[in-house]
Amino acid sequence: MNKTALASALGSPSAFGQSQFAFMRGNAFEARVKADGGAELLRLVHEKLDAGAVPPTTGTVPDLSAVGPEGRTARTALALREATDAGVWTLLDHPLLALDVAGSPAFLEPDAVVVHPDGSWTVVEIKSFPMLDGSADAAKVGAAARQAAVYVLALERVAARLSTGPEGRAGDAAHAEATLLTVPAPSDLPTAALATPTEAPAETLGTPGAQDGIRARPPEVRHTVLLVCPKDFSNLPTASAVDVRKQRSVTRRQLDRLTRIEDIADLLPEGTCFSPDLPTADLTAAVESVPATYAPECLSACELAFHCRDHSRAEGAVTSLGRSLRAELGGLTTVDDVLSAARGETGDPTDPAVAALRRAAALRAEALGSGARPGAEPLGGTEGLRAEASGRAAC
Amino acid sequence: MTTVFDPGAEAAHATDAILRDTLHGTSRGVVVDSPPGAGKSTLVVRAALELADAGRPLMVIAQTNAQVDDLVLRLAEKNPELPVGRLHSSDADPYDKALDDLPNVRKSAKAGELAGLDVVISTAAKWAHVKGVEPWRHAIVDEAYQMRSDALLAVAGLFERALFVGDPGQLDPFAIVGSEQWAGLSYDPSASAVTTLLAHNPELPQHRLPVSWRLPASAAPLVSDAFYPFTPFRSGTGHGDRHLAFAVPSDGSGPDRVIDEAAESGWGLLELPARNTPRTDPEAIRALAQVVRRLLDRGGAATSERSPDPAPLTADRIAVGTAHRDQAAAVRTALAELGVTDVTVDTANRLQGREYDVTVVLHPLSGRPDATAFHLETGRLCVLASRHRHACIVVCRAGVTDLLDDHPSTEPVQLGVTVKFPDGWEANHAVLSHLSEHRVAWQP
Amino acid sequence: MSLITTLARLEAVDTGRAQPLATTRHRHLSEHPLVFVPLTTAGEAGAPLGALVGTDRETPRLLVVPQPRDRDLRFAFLAELADIVLPYIDAYAADVEAAERNETDPETGKRVKVEVELCADAPQLIVPSRSGIDFVRLLGRSMRFRRTAEQDPETPHPAPPRVPLLGRWLTHYGERSRVPGSSLLLALTDVLSRHWATGQSSLEDQHLGALLAWIDPPQGESGAEAALRAELRRDGKGQLLCPPAGPATDPAFDNKLLAPAIELYDRARTALAAAEDGIEADDRLGELTAAERQIRDLVESRTRPTWDAVWRGLDLLRALPEGAHAADRWTRDRWSFTGHRDRVLAGEPPQPRRDDAVTAANKLATREREQARLEAQEALDDPLVMAGRRLAGEAFAGEVTDVVMAYNEGKRPSPRPLVTVRTDDRPHFGERAKVYRSLGGKPQAAEFVEYVRSEGEGTPDAQGHALGSLVVLRVVDKMGRGKEPETGSVPEKGDLVCFTLFEHEQRGGAKLPDPEDTPWTHGGPPGETDAAAPQPEVQPDAVTDEDVL
Repeated sequence: MNKTALASALGSPSAFGQSQFAFMRGNAFEARVKADGGAELLRLVHEKLDAGAVPPTTGTVPDLSAVGPEGRTARTALALREATDAGVWTLLDHPLLALDVAGSPAFLEPDAVVVHPDGSWTVVEIKSFPMLDGSADAAKVGAAARQAAVYVLALERVAARLSTGPEGRAGDAAHAEATLLTVPAPSDLPTAALATPTEAPAETLGTPGAQDGIRARPPEVRHTVLLVCPKDFSNLPTASAVDVRKQRSVTRRQLDRLTRIEDIADLLPEGTCFSPDLPTADLTAAVESVPATYAPECLSACELAFHCRDHSRAEGAVTSLGRSLRAELGGLTTVDDVLSAARGETGDPTDPAVAALRRAAALRAEALGSGARPGAEPLGGTEGLRAEASGRAAC
Repeated sequence: MTTVFDPGAEAAHATDAILRDTLHGTSRGVVVDSPPGAGKSTLVVRAALELADAGRPLMVIAQTNAQVDDLVLRLAEKNPELPVGRLHSSDADPYDKALDDLPNVRKSAKAGELAGLDVVISTAAKWAHVKGVEPWRHAIVDEAYQMRSDALLAVAGLFERALFVGDPGQLDPFAIVGSEQWAGLSYDPSASAVTTLLAHNPELPQHRLPVSWRLPASAAPLVSDAFYPFTPFRSGTGHGDRHLAFAVPSDGSGPDRVIDEAAESGWGLLELPARNTPRTDPEAIRALAQVVRRLLDRGGAATSERSPDPAPLTADRIAVGTAHRDQAAAVRTALAELGVTDVTVDTANRLQGREYDVTVVLHPLSGRPDATAFHLETGRLCVLASRHRHACIVVCRAGVTDLLDDHPSTEPVQLGVTVKFPDGWEANHAVLSHLSEHRVAWQP
Repeated sequence: MSLITTLARLEAVDTGRAQPLATTRHRHLSEHPLVFVPLTTAGEAGAPLGALVGTDRETPRLLVVPQPRDRDLRFAFLAELADIVLPYIDAYAADVEAAERNETDPETGKRVKVEVELCADAPQLIVPSRSGIDFVRLLGRSMRFRRTAEQDPETPHPAPPRVPLLGRWLTHYGERSRVPGSSLLLALTDVLSRHWATGQSSLEDQHLGALLAWIDPPQGESGAEAALRAELRRDGKGQLLCPPAGPATDPAFDNKLLAPAIELYDRARTALAAAEDGIEADDRLGELTAAERQIRDLVESRTRPTWDAVWRGLDLLRALPEGAHAADRWTRDRWSFTGHRDRVLAGEPPQPRRDDAVTAANKLATREREQARLEAQEALDDPLVMAGRRLAGEAFAGEVTDVVMAYNEGKRPSPRPLVTVRTDDRPHFGERAKVYRSLGGKPQAAEFVEYVRSEGEGTPDAQGHALGSLVVLRVVDKMGRGKEPETGSVPEKGDLVCFTLFEHEQRGGAKLPDPEDTPWTHGGPPGETDAAAPQPEVQPDAVTDEDVL
């Protein structure tokens, strides 16, 4: 689903988008990292994660192109198996992985996966934010770690299939249900219905030479991923190992817990559809039928956040001012409820949240020197200024 | 063939190895991980006495004045003849008055006045001010995992070699300002002293005490799995060794049922209906107080390996643990209303290192609308779940599992920082999942 | 977040405009701050696109890098910036007064007073937002290791003179801004949101335009509406009406306006280089100048609204009276400034890439001490801040209901009067707690004796008033040397008093070893080989081909 288009159609265009400068720089960097058969990348994996292994000389970079997402995932699985058996440094450039999300596979495309000589696999994330003197923006590293953890989980499933039976059969079974999902959102249903499995997997996997034997142990998917970033102010790659066990266990639990997508669909009103071409009112109703809890952090993460914020503000939800606000408010969730409880108009005085609010309101009024009811006093001290500054634009 | 686990022998074996490395080893440091109730204090006292016996001047660094006074008392109890110096601050009432009754303990605010004594004990904060003295040949650093790296930096020049003892599962030290700019550096001043020590001296011998003498057989596996995945320990007692019984039968109420469940299984979860509440949730606080009241009223008797005769479960053998001070204050008030005044009620920070027969705990996430890093900190839950010899009763609102799952997992990640395990989020899930098998749902 | 702050935010939602979080200004503002509004290039670390900078709100200097990836143009920008910032700094560095400092005499080891210079005032840098501070730090880091041709004739890309020095100063300012309560380098959004609560989240408060809209909305408009407009409204060409305060630019600006302009500039430059004779070169130079002019206009169009907003924000802040202790903290800033001036003068090398163990520990200790100092001073300066501490049980205010004279047991009895205070607050007294009140600007200590809680505390009566409790305290100091306390040193019945459970002044921590005495637990002295020691890096930063056109 195109959430940006949807947000625009809803009347709350997001502030998202990428500067072409950043885009070009990012592409140039990734190309540099993967140049020469990924020599630099393999060198970094060797140095940071597997210094005991033989140094990579010339790495293998298998061709992963295939028809359709199912074909590409099958091709990826095959390449992984071959590389694992071969026991040489191998770089999989933009492999495609399928991960079961609420009963339907979502397709994932890591920047790279490296197979070590010992047959273990490492996820590589290439980012264009810099590592300056060995440290990087922790929020961005966190996001990269969460992203990589999903790839690790998806690879673990591939590894498990390699060990339990002939890849082809397992792959077939998995792909028989394949639908084209990219995010685990119920809104993908309309699109999903359009996708049908193709015959590509069986075709690809039928190639001679594929082993039909059953492995005793699945290949190891390393839980330490390699984050590759530009070094300091340059465009030279540097890398850091990132342990994603925490992110992996959180993601795994979240995936296990996601009810089947059909169950979410059942909760939606009949005929819910998110096509951006619908009239705004219909769209709004459709989007709001999906439960979502807005908090300010959403603004930096989701294209629909401005829409959800409008909705949350209209409801007077205190969380629209920050999640932490609710900590001391107990069962009170709206601005009006809180303020009227603080003013003594509503609320049970034996509720400690209400009692604390009233004490806070009284102390605040006392300190502001009015004793007046909270909120009744206009902003003091800037009256003159306001008159002078009025008439100017807000920024 | 099955190997019989002999806890006494295992523990003695570990202690011998530690003392051998400390007294005769060549390393400048020895690190000992000690899980809850594994005999850390006993080890510290024994090591101190043996070092003193061997004629090696010893300084002991603890983290709080209470810990220092407690160590002095224990040393004097074991060896009343030993000359001990208690270095203290120049504030009013700087040490426990009980020390005044010990003839061989000298007290002073000046290190110079204690020179030459076999053992000199003080807090890390006080030691940091000691300058211009000959370094001690030996030091014991107690509660080293609760000591900050910068505190060790301030005192490490005072000794040549040291034994570092502590519990890695308890609360981490913290800084009141951001310290992100040093994250990933081996000597990050806000990290724990042991983290820095081992980063710079990875070759130091590391030991662990393998047996918890406090935690019962019902608790050790859970606490070990959830909080000490890489340094597992066992209970020193078996399933039949301890027994908790009540003379007065259950009246069928929630508190009585959860008491019976906990007496039987070692764990009890009194689950109140899901609801977002402020920290001092009146229902939960009242429920907590009622559980304590009933524990006292029902004539509890604890049988254990310590004494074959049942010991009455008196107020001093019960503690209530909370995450926040205002919760502790609210519980004290609620208990006072029920006529209970002499049960310990404290926060996790203050319960560290203490031991009771039965603990009653307000779950840190009960009723919360959000899960913050503070509430998810493993150490906090670990302290609360590992103070008891017989049973632990947790009072909690339903819905914490959902809260954990909704917890936005958007934590920043600092490069170069070793991921700390276990993770609070996961440990909380593990504990809740275990507790759910001992759940008593109750609508007060 | 304190419940009082939460209430203020919710009141802001309710009333449609920001509500006060402070009754005084808790940061010192210079008479002549240097305002710096930088823009950066997306996707590049530390590649400035342009800036407005200066001390006069009417005539900012516009600096522009027409092709941000050209190192020479970037150096030209930095040199220009140094020519503006360094003279501003130098003017303050030259104006000194005599002061005393405690130092340890290296011979005797005793603490002695030494006469030193202290700069009479310090330069103050104001950036629009917190990311502006990060950018100052980044610029400092990118410049301080550069070598000039004078320092190193062999260096492949010599930096203009004074650029490394600017890097050191910006680094110092960036580090100082991490000290709680310091004011050498301020982010305006931080200072504004310290003093006003808006009806939006603190995350959204980092948008300067939206924040100002809440605090000072245009006539006839609510803060909420104005803020929304500042955040999202775009013109017919898809450009934000209120450009972001930077240093990051809006992608729509980059893609629709800036990229074509830079392309034009690049083409004009190539054309000029290919010119075959003087006349052609003259024409093409004209085109290049026009192309550069266009980029300058674009940069000015994105920075000027922010520049004006910063000055408007300063006006709003100046209208608040400065808190009594802000000057004390500014003096500490002056010491910090003077100290760095002295290090530069003494020819010390630039600040290293990473702190050594001792420096890191010293910085952390300073910041924790300053944090505690800031919290205490803000509460003492501002009843609204104190209200928050009272709500949290860390202070209490009330009326003295009884004073009983008492003495301690000593050879020479000293007064230890017992003072009873009736309060509606609920302080959390620990055992043997000490409390403090401000007496002529100095803290007077008392010991907590007894807390007589009133019946039914916490259950308000019909009017919503909880009954006050009685707190009995024993005053222990600041009463003079005599047997009778000095006049005015003991509260009297009927006095309104406010005691805090936190200390008013901060003790200095223990002295850490010198870096060359770093103990074995922390890797030994820096530079010695050690398992975990970071590699010493003295090389200038690497550059790649992509950096130059």
